[in-house]
Amino acid sequence: MTMTTLTWSDLEVGTEGPSWEDGPLTVTDFVRYQGASGDMNPIHHDTEFAQKAGFPKPFAVGMRQAGVLASWAADWLGAANVRRFKVQWREQAWPGDVLTYSGAITAKREEGGQRFVDVEMVVTRQTGGTHLKGWATFVVPA
Amino acid sequence: MDKSIEGNRGTPFRVVVEEGKVREFARAVSSSNPAYVADGPQATSPATFLASSVFWQGPDASPWGDAPLNWERILHGEQEFVFPGAPPAAGTELTAEARIDRIYEKEGKRGGTMTFVELVTEYRDGSGSVVVESRSTIIETSQAPGS
Repeated sequence: MTMTTLTWSDLEVGTEGPSWEDGPLTVTDFVRYQGASGDMNPIHHDTEFAQKAGFPKPFAVGMRQAGVLASWAADWLGAANVRRFKVQWREQAWPGDVLTYSGAITAKREEGGQRFVDVEMVVTRQTGGTHLKGWATFVVPA
Repeated sequence: MDKSIEGNRGTPFRVVVEEGKVREFARAVSSSNPAYVADGPQATSPATFLASSVFWQGPDASPWGDAPLNWERILHGEQEFVFPGAPPAAGTELTAEARIDRIYEKEGKRGGTMTFVELVTEYRDGSGSVVVESRSTIIETSQAPGS
């Protein structure tokens, strides 16, 4: 996606970030994140292990998509401007899923001489199901 | 879940925001944001980057102690990062300390009790200021999530 330099007047309550699609997800995507983070839980890449735990196959690493969402928001509002980022996981994401990352401004605030925007975000599966929900606060430089 | 572990603290541990690890992480979250791959101290670490530090800490750094955990019933329900200023730049040396901040129970929608554990990790820079606070909410269900 393209990166822009946004100003306070560009951002209104309801302003949406440019939604972005990622996928279809592959086990290679999961393994790449697992290697980068150090979380080698086999449930995300070992079919036999996942099935023994009661899942039909390996599923996506939740923190990977949290990271993709954080990066999506950073592309929109500035990587160095993030002051709070929170996610809640809902349904699992699976290999083959195409995930859509989107979000909108929910509040504009001024505190201690700084300007902030609050953002609500969602990562949706191609089924319409919600994979994760996110909330963030970004400072908007003068 | 042994509720007596509430308030437990791990031993502080050193975390370096390594430039190469930041780049590797950015690539792994499908990012092409140039801010993450800038040179040295000009590179910003991604907001969720420090979630990785738990996988590289020593055993004494964990506040769980000897509390038995039923990993088949544990879900990572929620994760939050708070940054008083910009996220730490590549090269920043941090000291992290984890604690079991809170343990509480809720009744599950489909029956059974869910136990919520909030694990907080504070990351301080060389001056002692907290530059990142991570809050992980871990849920222990009364049956395995896959069953």
